[in-house]
Amino acid sequence: MPRIYIDNMPFEVKAGKNLLEVCLSLGIDLPYFCWHPAMGSIGACRQCAVKVYKDAEDTKGRIMMSCMESVKDDLRISVCDPGAKAFRAQVIEWLMTNHPHDCPVCDEGGSCHLQDVTVMTGHDYRRYEFKKRTYTNQYLGPLINHEMNRCIQCYRCVRFYRDYAGGKDLNVFSAHNHVYFGREKDGVLQSPFSGNLAEVCPTGVFTDKTLKEHYTRKWDLTNAPAICQHCSLGCNIIAGERYGQLRSIVNRYNSEVNGYFLCDKGRFGYEFVNSENRITQTLIRHRAAEAVDEQTLMNHLPHILTGHTVIGIGSPRASIESNYALMELAGKECFYQGLPDNQVFLEQKIADILSAGTIHTPSLKEIEQADAVLVLGEDIWNTAPIMALAVRQSVMRTAAAHVQEQVPVPGWHDAALKELAQESKGFLANMSILSSPLDEIAAVQVHGTPDDMARLGFQIAHLLNNTLPAVDNAADTLLHNATMISQQLLLARHPVIITGTSSGSEALIRAAYDIAAALQNEERHPGLAFVLPDCNSMGLAMTGASSFEKALAIVQKNPDVTAVILENDLYRNIPADLVDTFFSKCRQVVVLDTLHNRTTEKADVLIPVATFAEGDGTFINNEGRAQRSYQVFMSPDKVLKEAFKWLFEMKVIRRAISNGHDVHPDEMLAGLERAYPQFKGIADVVPSHAFRIHGSRIPRESQRYSGRTAMQANKAVSEPKPLQDDDSPLSFTMEGYRGMPPAPLIPYFWAPGWNSGQAVNKYQQETGGALKGGDPGIRLFRETGAIPAYFQDIPDAFSPRQGKWFLLPQYQLFGSGELSIYTKGIAALSPEPRAILSARDAASLNMATGDLLSVQTDNRTYQFPLETRDDLQDGIVILTAGLKGMDALSWGTWVNLFK
Amino acid sequence: MMTERPLTRNIYPDRPPMNLKEYEQTGGYAALRKVCSSMDPAALQKLVQDSNLKGRGGAGFSTGMKWSLIPMDDKAARPKYLIANADEMEPGTFKDRLLLEGNPHQLIEGMILAAYAIQADIAYVFLRWAYHEAAALIRKSIQEAYDAGYLGTDILGSGFHLEMYLHTGVGRYMCGEETALLNALEGKRATPRAKPPFPQISGLFGKPTIVNNVETLCCVPHIVNNGAAWFKGLSYSEDGGTKVYGVSGKVKRPGAWELPMGVTMRELIEEHAGGMKSGYELKGVLPGGASTDFLTTQHLDIKMDYKSVAAAGSRLGTGTMIVLDSGTCPVGFVHNLQHFFAQESCGWCTPCREGLPWVEKILLALEKGDGKPEDIELLQMHTQFLGPGNTFCALAPGAMEPLQSALKYFMEDFEKHVEHKKCPYD
Repeated sequence: MPRIYIDNMPFEVKAGKNLLEVCLSLGIDLPYFCWHPAMGSIGACRQCAVKVYKDAEDTKGRIMMSCMESVKDDLRISVCDPGAKAFRAQVIEWLMTNHPHDCPVCDEGGSCHLQDVTVMTGHDYRRYEFKKRTYTNQYLGPLINHEMNRCIQCYRCVRFYRDYAGGKDLNVFSAHNHVYFGREKDGVLQSPFSGNLAEVCPTGVFTDKTLKEHYTRKWDLTNAPAICQHCSLGCNIIAGERYGQLRSIVNRYNSEVNGYFLCDKGRFGYEFVNSENRITQTLIRHRAAEAVDEQTLMNHLPHILTGHTVIGIGSPRASIESNYALMELAGKECFYQGLPDNQVFLEQKIADILSAGTIHTPSLKEIEQADAVLVLGEDIWNTAPIMALAVRQSVMRTAAAHVQEQVPVPGWHDAALKELAQESKGFLANMSILSSPLDEIAAVQVHGTPDDMARLGFQIAHLLNNTLPAVDNAADTLLHNATMISQQLLLARHPVIITGTSSGSEALIRAAYDIAAALQNEERHPGLAFVLPDCNSMGLAMTGASSFEKALAIVQKNPDVTAVILENDLYRNIPADLVDTFFSKCRQVVVLDTLHNRTTEKADVLIPVATFAEGDGTFINNEGRAQRSYQVFMSPDKVLKEAFKWLFEMKVIRRAISNGHDVHPDEMLAGLERAYPQFKGIADVVPSHAFRIHGSRIPRESQRYSGRTAMQANKAVSEPKPLQDDDSPLSFTMEGYRGMPPAPLIPYFWAPGWNSGQAVNKYQQETGGALKGGDPGIRLFRETGAIPAYFQDIPDAFSPRQGKWFLLPQYQLFGSGELSIYTKGIAALSPEPRAILSARDAASLNMATGDLLSVQTDNRTYQFPLETRDDLQDGIVILTAGLKGMDALSWGTWVNLFK
Repeated sequence: MMTERPLTRNIYPDRPPMNLKEYEQTGGYAALRKVCSSMDPAALQKLVQDSNLKGRGGAGFSTGMKWSLIPMDDKAARPKYLIANADEMEPGTFKDRLLLEGNPHQLIEGMILAAYAIQADIAYVFLRWAYHEAAALIRKSIQEAYDAGYLGTDILGSGFHLEMYLHTGVGRYMCGEETALLNALEGKRATPRAKPPFPQISGLFGKPTIVNNVETLCCVPHIVNNGAAWFKGLSYSEDGGTKVYGVSGKVKRPGAWELPMGVTMRELIEEHAGGMKSGYELKGVLPGGASTDFLTTQHLDIKMDYKSVAAAGSRLGTGTMIVLDSGTCPVGFVHNLQHFFAQESCGWCTPCREGLPWVEKILLALEKGDGKPEDIELLQMHTQFLGPGNTFCALAPGAMEPLQSALKYFMEDFEKHVEHKKCPYD
């Protein structure tokens, strides 16, 4: 470790880092703009200047940019040198010559990195007396607002948007002090990662438009550490509330999971919490006054819960606590997943593979660090966007690593590495049913049916291990691709294989496993990652519960069933005919959910429950990482509580036992762990609800929170007693422990002098590294070291059938989410439902793009506008999946089509 | 002694430049033949290093040294590039234009030799967009050289291959900076790159690259033909060779002349430029283009070579001087320059992007009579904070050179602007 001297103090620092990273990691407040821990250095803003001395005798030194200098032994620098300080202040004065003085009306005000740095450098007096330059702003779509006059030209936006995330439609234009960051012309930003601009921008050029619609100062938000609800990756988020309304989602750094970035669905898809479609009242249907109070409900519940068979239908989007509470209520044998057979089967297979522990499943960070990636049949761009972003980083980093072997350029030197690497890329083979934006950075792109992709996978496995069977009757292109991909995978030390359930194919899962298993040896450590549909799909799958069809069989046999359905709109997952039959056979239906939907309409008893914003819960992501999401606010309407609390009360009623106290998540997880060994360790996911630091709770509100004594004054002049949180160490107040809480309990990032999200530096062990005390989350799957056994079951090649088409889904990043669609901007970006056929198939039906195609499946006929594609295989029909109002369809079955 | 003018000997203002045949008749491409038949790249590099040829683009770095930093082993990344920097955008500078329009084959031969010395595969002429005449001439001459077998595969049977292209820029001063030139040539924004890595290691498209000024390259054939000692002997100083000097401003005969390196400023102004026009007195001189410090009458007898001009507190730069006369307001003069530099800033780093427009506005305010005493302090602050190392590249430090020296030598003029609330020269 090099020893360097900062203002004559010796420090042992990590080799390979630059001075800025080192100073920040040591806790020194050195200001910066253009450097970003995830994007490296470019040396443009000149804000991080320090004095660098030749040797111990040199007293004069030279001003140098700390972000552009590697640490080396005996390096002597000064941060406090008056010349360096004056220069840093001068950089701010220059930036302020044109930056508007609109902080009071700027969305970013109070959480602005530019404000922080301005204060930090001490610049306070304006000497520039001329006019400021002004720009025209652009319309950038429904999610991001543009205010170019505030721009300080740090180039972070284009570096993130283009270089990091691969976007094309944001760029830098013009020159000198008219440099402009925007689009060629007004229009919706095309990248699904555009929301990160609001966080990478050090000031208020790019801001969150959804926040603007119900704006509040960021310091006035009540915040909580939460988990994103919109896919299976479990990105860590900070949810912010004021006046009983969820106002914004920002990234919550977790070095193992999402790092610094979120996708737009995760960032903006929160408006369902505020939706008018929320269920707010307990209802008992089929009576004059359906809306009832809690007591009436409690009096009613014994009639339907006792003396009848109770079955529980669980949910992949409800917390593990709630699913467990339902298992406890209904009994393990009477708990079902509420998902169709095939989906349950696939997810079970994945859970079995992971719990066998023979192959490592990588975190998103490990995917970023992979040196070769094979995506086998999962459209991760749409089903797991941040994983797609991680794959892009793997491709870019591997290219940079290759050039570093030739030319000794430090890893932080982004500009130099990009220059050397040029267009070269690390290895990615991307296989998906349809083309994907990831194809652009892929060395191999394959589009086809799941079975054909699986065959390619099995052939790769065969080439990696010739004791495995070769694929029969393989086409030349398959053999060629298999050879190329297997060679590249063999060159890698940390190859990652990614697949998932969205294609509905078991063969893909088997093939992916066989490849990973064949790659495993002493030197090579492959990772096998799976993408699942929902935020707690893995948790639900780990229960091992049976499918919906099994529940249907029960109600068809037993006329006295009360079905308790937990946060699950069955019509989204299961063909409507089956669900209708199910409901018609149930004696009583109790539904607990957050939003009205087709399933809640069928409820005899409807119970409103808390969303992630109003309730605590633990979610298990695609890698088996259990993570706690904390409620950010308590509904003024006390009825709105977590489903598991309702279910616990129902269990008390049903079993006629009473323990006389409320239940909290810790107890649920302890019980879960006791009852189900596969969840071992989950009870340690977060500190206990009784955890305190010096007797204090951790406040959800910043010490800058304002209006507390006035905001309820329209109701009562006295300040109401703060709400009590019995379930967690967090408080709903400003008071409490002001230091750094344990990582799972960080409600927001703030440090003295660092009011923007950049304060995260202070919470990390080193910049860009793990949070102090370790990143949140407990991985439940442990590697056993057991020798993997191969599947080897190769499917036949896909062959079209006369007059029938194979039905496959296409998920949409914007639109396929049950909850995110409630955000106006996301709904606006959601595509219209459509069907896709190959041009030849369309011609055989005498149809063209734009015509209405009738699809006969699941005993119904649906009509979709047709799109024809030249790159699509004959014999398959692709339908947009999961869009609002669309029925669930039996993917992977043969359907009839007609004009 | 009759001074030798190897670079401009065959350039005549009254006739078009030589075609290939004429160039060959005057000894053209003999150097290339000599090298191809009897010199290896290392020997050519050593010859140029021994000649003490220094880069004529302004920085004055040893050309042989620059070449020696390029990887020459078999493992060196390919292709390697040789680029002629013909972006001549320095205000007051027109010496490369003379060479480009006057004898294009001399440049092309110099480029092929330089490319041979570093074993480059591809060469570009990066030409200032406004040099339309030069563009046509170079395009024609490159074709002639291809047709004669001086370019392409297996040049003169040596086994050496070289492709050469002309690239015309879009007229940005920034492109004169070699790394910004490389970005521009790659089709990217003309922003400079951080060094290290240097272009010799990571240049055009990330490959080993040498960028040399036009005049520098034009010297190479003559060094090959006549030897390092001869080249050194051309000079009055320790820097080798001749120099194409220029003088502009209110002198009797503005122009450019090839003279031994190290002639005095007095000789240049008084003899070659014919002295000041009547009614004008010499007040100051920017010795090497707009981005060099003023010198004044007290410096007239210094030698115009890299070391002597630096010792006097300025830079030889491009060696083409701009004369400030007694009838021209130094504040207005410097304002004009700062307007240029502010406009030509690429917008990459904060000090240059935001500092230069501020300087420009202050100078304009002074000229219009709106100046305040604090303005002079602000100008001085900028000369200090826009210094080398503080900015990303040398553009802003260069821009500060005429300003800081104007404040040093002509402070009285600045103060009068503030005091009288108008330009005293109006």
